[in-house]
Amino acid sequence: MAYSDKVVEHYENPRNVGAFDASDPEIGTGLVGAPACGDVMRLQIRVDDEGVIQDARFKTFGCGSAIASSSLATEWLKGKSLDEAATIHNSMIAEELSLPPVKIHCSVLAEDAIKSAIEDYKQKRAARQALSEPPVEVRAEERPAG
Amino acid sequence: MTLKLPIYLDNHATTPLDPRVLDAMLPYFTQDFGNAASRTHAFGWRAEAAVEDARESIARLMNAESGKEIVFTSGATESDNLAIKGVAEYYGDKGKHVVTTVIEHKAVLDSCKRLEKEGFEVTYVGVGKNGVVDPNDIEKALTDKTILVSVMLANNEVGTVQPIAEIGKRTRARGVLFHVDAVQGIGKTPFDVRAMNVDLASISAHKIYGPKGVGALYVRRGKPRVRLGAQMDGGGHERGNRSGTLNVPGIVGFAKACEILEREGAEESKRIRALRDRLYTRITKALPDVIVNGDLEQRLPGNLNISFACVEGEGLMMAIKDVAVSSGSACTSASLEPSYVLRAMGLEEADAHSSIRFGIGRFNTEEEIDYVADLVIAKVRKLREMSPLWEMQQQGIDLKSIQWAAH
Repeated sequence: MAYSDKVVEHYENPRNVGAFDASDPEIGTGLVGAPACGDVMRLQIRVDDEGVIQDARFKTFGCGSAIASSSLATEWLKGKSLDEAATIHNSMIAEELSLPPVKIHCSVLAEDAIKSAIEDYKQKRAARQALSEPPVEVRAEERPAG
Repeated sequence: MTLKLPIYLDNHATTPLDPRVLDAMLPYFTQDFGNAASRTHAFGWRAEAAVEDARESIARLMNAESGKEIVFTSGATESDNLAIKGVAEYYGDKGKHVVTTVIEHKAVLDSCKRLEKEGFEVTYVGVGKNGVVDPNDIEKALTDKTILVSVMLANNEVGTVQPIAEIGKRTRARGVLFHVDAVQGIGKTPFDVRAMNVDLASISAHKIYGPKGVGALYVRRGKPRVRLGAQMDGGGHERGNRSGTLNVPGIVGFAKACEILEREGAEESKRIRALRDRLYTRITKALPDVIVNGDLEQRLPGNLNISFACVEGEGLMMAIKDVAVSSGSACTSASLEPSYVLRAMGLEEADAHSSIRFGIGRFNTEEEIDYVADLVIAKVRKLREMSPLWEMQQQGIDLKSIQWAAH
């Protein structure tokens, strides 16, 4: 199967490969897929106090289309608010990369990774707010491990 | 000498035609174009003589008793179909049980599935982790209803060579016919239909530097004389076993390919094995966590099937796109299922997705092997840097302890 030029371009020059410290409160991490299915994506976002995504990173185990989908997702995420980021739909990724039908699941995985990273960030923030509110005392070992 | 790209390392899929084979074939397209079945003129006689000579050459490569035991077909898929369905049709009254293995080629497996639909029972014997079947497991599967056992000489994915002689001893003792799909192994690993008690054998020209579109089925004529129900009706060619005008240039090329292998096969296997070992050593010296799939000794000389932990096979193939190889990764097929052969060997699905099959052949050079090894090493390193699984594994996280969401 031939790959589209955009897939090849992202595959050969992947943007934003790397990792953030997942325990950092500013970071949201999404880990989706399964090794047994042949693709695993880890997508991370760094969010500022205004709820804007300042930076993004990914690492992906998968085929060229999976790597390209996650690379594109990190590019699109930067500068978006969390609400805007949540509107990124797999069909947008599939269209941008001209993915053939058998590769649509790669774009679905990228959308799942985005949603999962946002969710993770929101949960951490909620937990932090709960911590800063005085009445309920939370012992250190009960804090979410990030 | 400068390296020419792309490099072909997919010699299990098909092989380039040997120029000597092409030279042998050419006159039979234009000059000696006759129909081998034309009994009334010189054009037919010349074609027939060429075909009869070809039968002898092909018979010799597998030590068959005579060229009369060779039935020409369109390829090994047809040979497998004819052997299995033909035996089932002719001997079905004696019993309706067939034994084969889980790692056979689809041409065998799907022919067996067809028989199941027609009321036959088929036993699919498993293989060990090394991709080799235990002859005792075949014997245990035999019943008094068994009419046929079908086992491949060498596997097309992992290159493992099966214990054909040991199985042949057992089937002969029980009076059960034995078919061998010898497509991948012939000329590359010892194969002798008489010494190994093989009754039927499928082979194909294009896997041994011959042309596509021509294959053969060896059908034993003596002790026991094997009969088949024909699957193609028509003019009664090939002693009624397979109707259809013979592909004379293809058959001549097939024979030439067999003659070359008979003469040069042993030397060639040594050279190819040295290239395979060179590729393997170079890669494993540079990269950790590389798994060889299938027995490294009981194996075709040109086959190297390896999994690079935490690197997906299709992703790697894309990174080495100037090298033609194949992968057991699901992404290479429409099914989204990784290789059934690797899974039958008990390989973790993730490792099956990470497998690459290198198939080294007659025309590969040391220079090409070194180039491929270095390219693979560089790209696997790059992809591991991008792999979340590799990062987790390096941090000592057991990947199996994680609850992965299936999708």
